[in-house]
Amino acid sequence: MESIIINGAGIALIAAIVWWFWLYQPKQEAIGGNDLEILVENGIYTPSHVIVPAHKAFTMNFLRKDPSHCADQVLFPDLEISSTLTLNQAQQINLPALEPGRYAFHCQMQMYRGQIEVT
Amino acid sequence: MDIILQKNAQTIQHPSVEKLQELAVSGAGCASCVTKIETALKNVPGVDQAEMNFAQRTVTITGSAPQCTLIAAIKSAGYGAGAIVNEDGLEAQDEKEKADQAYYRLLIRNTVLALSVGVPLMLFGVLGGDMSVSTGPRRIAWLVVGILTLGVMLFPGRHFFVGAWKSLINHSANMDTLIALGTGTAWLYSMVVVLFPTLLPEMARHVYFEATTMIIGLISLGLALESRARGKTSEAIKRLIGLQPKTARVMRGQLEVDIPIAEVQISDLVRVRPGEKIPVDGEVVEGTSAVDESMLTGEPMPVEKAIGDELAAGTINKSGTVVFKATRVGKHTALAQIINMVKRAQNSKPPIGRLADVISAYFVPAIMIIAVVSALAWLNFGPAPALAFAMVSATTVLIIACPCALGLATPMSVMVGVGKAAESGVLIRNGEALQTASKITTMVLDKTGTITEGTPSVTDIVLTSDYSEAEVLQFAAALESGSEHPLALSILESARAKDIRWQNVQNFQAIAGHGVEGQNQDGISLLFGNEKLMHERNVVIDKHLAKAESLASEARTPMFLAANGELIAIIAVDDPIKEDSIQAINRLKRGGVRVVMLTGDNQATAAAVAMRAGVNEFFAEVLPQDKAKKITELQASGEIVGMTGDGINDAPALAMADVGFAIGTGTDVAIESADITLMRGSLHGLADAIAVSKATLRNIKQNLFGAFIYNTAGVPIAAGLLYPFFGILLSPVVAGAAMAFSSLTVVSNANRLRLFKPGEH
Repeated sequence: MESIIINGAGIALIAAIVWWFWLYQPKQEAIGGNDLEILVENGIYTPSHVIVPAHKAFTMNFLRKDPSHCADQVLFPDLEISSTLTLNQAQQINLPALEPGRYAFHCQMQMYRGQIEVT
Repeated sequence: MDIILQKNAQTIQHPSVEKLQELAVSGAGCASCVTKIETALKNVPGVDQAEMNFAQRTVTITGSAPQCTLIAAIKSAGYGAGAIVNEDGLEAQDEKEKADQAYYRLLIRNTVLALSVGVPLMLFGVLGGDMSVSTGPRRIAWLVVGILTLGVMLFPGRHFFVGAWKSLINHSANMDTLIALGTGTAWLYSMVVVLFPTLLPEMARHVYFEATTMIIGLISLGLALESRARGKTSEAIKRLIGLQPKTARVMRGQLEVDIPIAEVQISDLVRVRPGEKIPVDGEVVEGTSAVDESMLTGEPMPVEKAIGDELAAGTINKSGTVVFKATRVGKHTALAQIINMVKRAQNSKPPIGRLADVISAYFVPAIMIIAVVSALAWLNFGPAPALAFAMVSATTVLIIACPCALGLATPMSVMVGVGKAAESGVLIRNGEALQTASKITTMVLDKTGTITEGTPSVTDIVLTSDYSEAEVLQFAAALESGSEHPLALSILESARAKDIRWQNVQNFQAIAGHGVEGQNQDGISLLFGNEKLMHERNVVIDKHLAKAESLASEARTPMFLAANGELIAIIAVDDPIKEDSIQAINRLKRGGVRVVMLTGDNQATAAAVAMRAGVNEFFAEVLPQDKAKKITELQASGEIVGMTGDGINDAPALAMADVGFAIGTGTDVAIESADITLMRGSLHGLADAIAVSKATLRNIKQNLFGAFIYNTAGVPIAAGLLYPFFGILLSPVVAGAAMAFSSLTVVSNANRLRLFKPGEH
């Protein structure tokens, strides 16, 4: 009986990990418009999901509060754009007008991850 | 900021001056905000003008008000404001270094705090101390240690737990998640042992506080050392940024004024003395000097500069004083663009790193699952105390796994490799170009301006009719006066040298890849070009072909001039092969690269130039539009083709090649089309680029192999795979040390690239 409980709990834990990290589609916090401000702190971009209109250039302001090296670069691999983020200073990044779609941005090691949704 | 006026070597301080400032504004969402912000700024004493750029979210202010007052005014109007961070600037670099230093000190402090608790505990255990809870007083002692350990988790280890929690609630997981889960599990288990010992079998009443504290200490130490090592990976870009002087001596009427380079305007006259750096790009208007451009081009010899010559920011004026007119300032200077390109390339990833990226995305949750599976395996099949073994194996799996080593493997090597290439005057556009350059099997070289100097001169004029040499040159010059082709320039140069004057022709027409035609003022129809053109227009040249071939066999280019359909002269020009082309081509061939020359020139001249340059294969008489086709043909035969050129005609071929190399002295169009730009004209840059690319790819492979092997071997061992065979179960402390030093190893291996030398020149 004890064995069933332990193994059941273990399997439930594995299922929870799979669901929480891979399957669950959270209602992401999204911001839109021209003035996008992204806080870089504690391993996450806040917000990590931004929505912008298609065919219109826009600006993102990154404010890095995390001193670790993980956070010191932000890369937009699809756009071949990258920038160094100075600690505690807003870094303005001008992005070109984009076609509708999803464009990832992340730190060099991909611990910080975000997404631009162009609609 | 004050301005220092210099006159007659005396420095005069002016405390209050008019200046132009630019601030970044945030929170302005509508056009009406513009008026509000501008009005708020104009109300500040000392502000003459304020103009906001809504698209860029910047505001430009003219006046003497200090920056802090301006920021306060914008904030009081309800918006955010701050100085614009120029990430390429020296100030930004200083800020970054200060922040890195502070972070390093924080990590060292965390290391000392955590290890000051962890080391005595570990020594106690290693020296035979009892790490289990048995008696009442021992429980109290361990409770105190448990609280101390909690202190280590809350202070030196706080960022791991905060980061883990924030990531967790955002459905994401990272290195912090693993460390927090590993150390948290060990601490929780130990606290259960201390507080509720009877819940566990006697053999399982072991505490692991030393594991928690040692792991936090060792990982902090690893991060600190990694932080130091990382600083070295970006030395190349720091050196480039460091080339920018802080001030420029600008002439204002009779005065010379030292001003920050950010304030230098186009057309400002700038004076530079011997030993000083050129502050912005410009054109010499007074004086001569030798300028050291090695920092940008890798070319060690100083270049002579006289009136009309261009100067590049960051280069060093060696001998005379020059005055130059600023032509490009700020982010438009060649140096700023090089810095920008290098930084962009350093952050791009070659395709080889994509697998690691995919794995990184699933890595941490996968490790968490393995930890649970490992614990279940121990609970089901492990010896007593199974619970303790399960906890140790799960903790060790969580701690030993290193997503950072995987994540760092590619970018660290690219960072150093691209920087190393830039030091040799080779600008690599992105990671993909870097990777492909390492695989090039065939290098196609354009002849004119790439293998040769690109500055031909007239060597022979063979008259074939009654027209005199002066008349022939006059006709040719009249035809070529509208052309910018190097061969045309050589004709014009020759005519000028002989003081021959000419008038423009009518009905001028350039026949691409063949020549030109037109009608002079006397109504004579002129045709000037190659043998093919003469045949096409039925100009009889047969009698003189032997002479033309003889000239071509000496690597000269014979051109035929016809007047009213009759051949009147053969003009031959010679374009000398660059001094080091032969050596560089040999380097390429020694490296196993097939070298092919491509030229629009005739067969005989091409053969002679190819032979002199040491090129075994060549394509001659290739029309500009067919250059790209030749590249495609080579690709179709299975070759990975690099194409090197310097002219507008080469742009399609450069774009078609697997890797396009532009000679830095070439046109902007060619550089735009290129994957790799050689800052100096020497072909050694090609061999350097390939050598650096190969070394970087080798380094990336070592890093990726190391990171994969580390994780694929380390995780099963941590789970206890060796226990059934050898009775070995890894300690979480050893796992912590291994994890901390695995990413340090990756960064250090990437740093080895800094010592790489591309080869003999």
